[in-house]
Amino acid sequence: MSETGGFEAYDDQDGPDDHGTGPDGGGGGMRGDGTGRPSDPGDAGHPGDAGDPGDAAHPPRIPLPRASVEDAGRPLPALDAPVPPPVPVLEHRVLKSLLGAWALAACSAEETAAVEDHLGDCGSCADEALRLRGAVGLLQRPESLDLDPGLRTRVLDGCLDRRPPRIPIPVWARPYDAETARLDALLQDFGDSEWHAPVRLRWFDADEATSRRTTVAGVMAHLMSVDGLVAIALGLDDPLGETRADAPTPSGRTEAYWRGSHFPPTRSVRAPWREQSHDLVRTVSFTGGTAGKLEVAYGDFTLPLHDAMLDRAFECWVHADDIAEAVDYPYDPPSPRHLNRMIDLAARMLPAVLAQRRQKGLTSPAHGRHLVSAGGPGRTLRLEIEGLGGGEWLIPLDSPAAVGSAEHEVAHVALDGVEFCQLAAGHVPPADAAAGQVGDRDAIRDVLFAAASLSRM
Amino acid sequence: MTKKDAPPRWDRKMQQRLARGEAAALGELYDRFASLVHGLAHRVLGDERAADGITRDVFAHVWEHPESYDPKQGPLRSWVAGLTHRLAVQRLRATETAALTRAGEGSAEELERKVRHASVAARADYIVQSMPTPLRAALELAYFQRRDYRQAAADLSITEDEARRRLRLGLQLLSTALDTGAPGAPPGYGGAA
Repeated sequence: MSETGGFEAYDDQDGPDDHGTGPDGGGGGMRGDGTGRPSDPGDAGHPGDAGDPGDAAHPPRIPLPRASVEDAGRPLPALDAPVPPPVPVLEHRVLKSLLGAWALAACSAEETAAVEDHLGDCGSCADEALRLRGAVGLLQRPESLDLDPGLRTRVLDGCLDRRPPRIPIPVWARPYDAETARLDALLQDFGDSEWHAPVRLRWFDADEATSRRTTVAGVMAHLMSVDGLVAIALGLDDPLGETRADAPTPSGRTEAYWRGSHFPPTRSVRAPWREQSHDLVRTVSFTGGTAGKLEVAYGDFTLPLHDAMLDRAFECWVHADDIAEAVDYPYDPPSPRHLNRMIDLAARMLPAVLAQRRQKGLTSPAHGRHLVSAGGPGRTLRLEIEGLGGGEWLIPLDSPAAVGSAEHEVAHVALDGVEFCQLAAGHVPPADAAAGQVGDRDAIRDVLFAAASLSRM
Repeated sequence: MTKKDAPPRWDRKMQQRLARGEAAALGELYDRFASLVHGLAHRVLGDERAADGITRDVFAHVWEHPESYDPKQGPLRSWVAGLTHRLAVQRLRATETAALTRAGEGSAEELERKVRHASVAARADYIVQSMPTPLRAALELAYFQRRDYRQAAADLSITEDEARRRLRLGLQLLSTALDTGAPGAPPGYGGAA
C-alpha cells in the first residue's frame, strides 16, 4: 500500500522548513524533528524516497529563504511550533498498539512518523509491522452472496440420488421447503432500508379488491403468524406465544402479532420465521404418511395437513413476490413441478368454494343446473393452465361431491399458470384475468370469482 | 451472519440427523453453509460453474459420510470450510495441470504460485467471515470506508485504545492466512482436522 506516499508528501513539505528553520529554530527543542524527520523514511526502509534527493536539487527551495526571512523577522519562536508537526514521543507499548492502525493507514501523520521511526529501532515491532502489512493485502471485498436459487434443488437432489434418505421430506412438503429457502435467500442481503420498505398486501374480500399496508418485516411477521397455524396443528410452539388473537384466522393472528409487538417488526423476525419453517419441514417428515389425516384449522375452515403445507408454500411465494417487488428485486415463479401442485390445490378447492358462494347467493343463477348424486358426473368447466407447471383440470360446477366430466363440459377457460396464481392470490381482478374463454359465460365468471375469493390476507 | 455462533450442540445434532438419513437435515445444512461453501470455492476457482460443482461435491460428501466429521475436532463450520478448501484447491490444481500439459504454457512453478495464492485468498476470506464481529466491523471501517482509527472509534462508540486494539488483533488473525504448515497439508480452518 502506498499511503506512505501521503506521508512523504507531507514530509517533503516539512523538509524545506526544517532546513530553513534549522539555524534558528533548531534550538526549539524538537528532538525528533530536526534529526528524526529527514532520516525517518530511510529508517522505515522505503525505497521510494524520491523526496530526499529531490529536495537537494529542487527549485521549490526558492520560497524557502523568504520563509526564513520572515521567521527571522520575528524572533518569537512561537511561530515555529505550528509549522512542523512534531513527531510525538510515544512509548513502545503505545507504538505497538498503533501497528494495526498504521498498517491500515488509519492513524495521524504524526503517529505514522512515530511508528516508522520506531520500526527502525525495534525488531519485534518491525516484524509485526511487516506481517500486518501483508495481512492488509489479503482484505478483499466479500463476493456477492447471491447464490443461484436453483442450485439448492440441484445439490440436494444430487445428494439424495447418491444416498436415498431414510426419512425423506414428503412430496407435498417439498414446495414449502423450496419456497421458504428461496425467500430466505432473497432476505439474505437486506439492509434496514429493505426491511422497512413499504409493502401493500392485496387480496379479495367479498369480491372487492382489498389491501393493507405494512413493511417487508411486517410481511415476514404475517407469514410466521400464519405458518403458526400448522405449527399448532403439529404440536409445536405457537409463534404468537401469549399474544391473544381476536380470531384464530390468518388475518386475526397477523393483526394480533402486529399489535402485540411494541415496535414495528424488524429484521429480527427473520430468524424465528426461518427456524419455524425448518421445524415444520422436519416435523412433517417424521409424521410422514400418517400425518395426511391431520387437519389444520384456519379459523373458518380447515385443510388437511398436506394441503395446508401446499397452501403455505403458495403464500410464501406470493408474499416473497410482494417483497421482491417492493425492493425492486427480480423473483421467479416456483419450479414447474411445485407450481403444478399449487395450481392443483386451488383447482381442488374451487368446487367447495363455488358451493359456499352459491349458498350466499354470490353465483349466477344456474341454467340447467341439476342435482348430482355424490360421485356422479355434473356440469363441468375445463380449466386449462398453460405454461410450465400447467395442465388441465375438470372443475365440477354443481356440487363439490360431483365428479368433473368431459362429457358434461359446459365451458373452457385457458390461462397462464402464473396468471392463474395471481388471480387466486387476489392480485388480479377476475374481470381482468386474461383468459381464453369458450362456453357458458356465467359458469366462467363464477369460477374466476371463486378463484379470486380463495385469496386472503 | 446471525447463525455464526451456532452452539456445538447444533453441530452434534446435525451430524446425528444426517447419519439417520434425514433429508430435512440436509436442507438445513445447505441453508446454513451453502453461501460459505460456494464463496470459498469461488474465491479459489474464480468460476461460477466450478464453484457450483464444488458445492455439490461438498454436500454430497457430508451427506454420504457424516461420520467423517468429528465434533471433538472443532465446529462443523470449520470442518465444512476445510473440506471445501481441500476440494477446491484439488480441482484448481487438476485444471491448471491439465491446461499446462495441453497448452504447454506457464511453468510448474507458476502453477504452484497460483495455487498458493488462491489458497491464501480463500483462507483469508474465511478468517474475515469467522472473526468476531467487532473486529470485522473495525477492519471494515478502516479499510473499506477509509476511516482513521479515531473516526472508527467514534463510529463504533468505543475508546481509541480499543479501536487500535481491534485493528491490530483483526490483522493478526488475518495474517495467519499466510502461514502454511507442511507443504500439502490441509490448511487449518480454526481447529478443522
